[in-house]
Amino acid sequence: MALYEGRGMASVNYPIGMNLGGDPSQALIHSNPDGKFTVALSAIDLGQGMKQVSRQIAAETLGVPIEDVYVDTADSDTGPHDMGSFASRGTHRMGNAVIAAAREARGVLLEAAAEELEVSADDLVTDGRGNIHVRGAPSRSITVKATALAAQFKQGRTIAGRGIFLIPLSAVDAETGEMNPNTAFAHACLVADVSVDDETGEVTVLRMTSAYELGRVINPRMVEQQLAGGAWMGISHALYETPEPYYPDPEHGPRDFNEYLMPGPGDIAPYHVTVLERPAPDGPFGGKGPGEMCANPVLPAIANAIYNAVGVRVDELPMTPEKILRGIKANGGVRPQPRRGGPANWR
Amino acid sequence: MAKHPVQFRLNGSDRATFVDGAENLLNTLRRGLGDFAPKYGCGQGTCGVCTVLVDGEPHLSCLTLAVACEGRHVETASGMADGPDFHPLQAAFMDHFAAQCGFCTPGMLTAARALLAKNPNPTRDEVVEAISGNICRCTGYEPIIAAILAAAGSSGARRA
Ligand code: FES
Ligand code: FES
Repeated sequence: MALYEGRGMASVNYPIGMNLGGDPSQALIHSNPDGKFTVALSAIDLGQGMKQVSRQIAAETLGVPIEDVYVDTADSDTGPHDMGSFASRGTHRMGNAVIAAAREARGVLLEAAAEELEVSADDLVTDGRGNIHVRGAPSRSITVKATALAAQFKQGRTIAGRGIFLIPLSAVDAETGEMNPNTAFAHACLVADVSVDDETGEVTVLRMTSAYELGRVINPRMVEQQLAGGAWMGISHALYETPEPYYPDPEHGPRDFNEYLMPGPGDIAPYHVTVLERPAPDGPFGGKGPGEMCANPVLPAIANAIYNAVGVRVDELPMTPEKILRGIKANGGVRPQPRRGGPANWR
Repeated sequence: MAKHPVQFRLNGSDRATFVDGAENLLNTLRRGLGDFAPKYGCGQGTCGVCTVLVDGEPHLSCLTLAVACEGRHVETASGMADGPDFHPLQAAFMDHFAAQCGFCTPGMLTAARALLAKNPNPTRDEVVEAISGNICRCTGYEPIIAAILAAAGSSGARRA
């Protein structure tokens, strides 16, 4: 038995969102009489951070403290319409809708404050700590809370805003086939180092190193965490997960998710990520969103690393020990490939 | 079917209820006593989201008969915070972003709590071993391992 190490890389240009009948998202924001704001979305937070990111975007645009913003994604029956949380579209599409809604709500907030302070709304600024004051004259101020109370009980005014962000359907040019379905692309490159056991066909991911360009990173810790979790899913797709593993006798195959393989906490590889920010011109504060691309480059990088290690090209997922052993056998033995372009000591 | 009375301590309070003989502890906690911290994942002992402590030992509550807990002390993730103060493990999970969807979190916290009670300064391998029965679909495990090691490092973890 011998262990063969190999290195593979892959890069990805990743389109944010999709192009079915167009790609719209809506957001609604209103203030409560206590000066706190509710953002209603139908986009769902599955743990990727949709709520947190929407909250940051809303607070920043409204000019109020983040603790004063509540994001409600509870009910797609009663909430404003959204295409959904998929295609890595959340931050970009919903973020823009939230900005639009927050701008409108902020406009009404400042009008209500202007009425109380007897000034023009154009002269008012927010301090992000719950106060609105006259530009250049901080002492002429009113709290957001007092403004919301006045709007509700004195002025009879609704402090609210509507937002929609729509990437319209991009039709295909019949002559040229040209279309423009996406406005924002994120980018990444990932290098995977693996070792392959030529007797068992088992692959161990030794380490992964990547660089991700994601536009403006709205919440750095959540992005880091999403990239780490996504890379684990990539390893899982590449080497483990399948509902139909090959067994000589199907009776011996798995029957449910209890027998569906995934890497456990002992199977994870050290992972180093560098995040680069090149703000998207049409993104919310320049954001694009990592989403599914956290996992995408891991699969081809591991496939390339296996090829580099033992000369076997596995073109079907997952790359199980059995497929690798069959490949080694078909080649008449392992065929380690040359290693190029790395530091001399990377092995 | 005849119901059996059962009494045990749940997170420090005496609780009593009636259960079917074959009823599992998970069902009793969630449906009978309204403690929704332990989750129902697989119901077959493979995912770990239903992990609770029985007399300080980690148990899969989906595989534990409720009647077998008579007179014992059951602890769930609901009992970890001390009023508004998080348990050091909970604080470390927050600091390390060790939850995304959060479904695995109560089980992970409980498995970690059992580990630190026995072994206040575990190695990374011991942490990995302790949570190896708990599946997480989101985080890639690394932040969970880091959080548990950090909580072990903080002196407060000794009360775990
Ligand atoms: S629900 Fe008990 S182990 Fe999965
Ligand atoms: S955080 Fe989602 S399963 Fe662990």
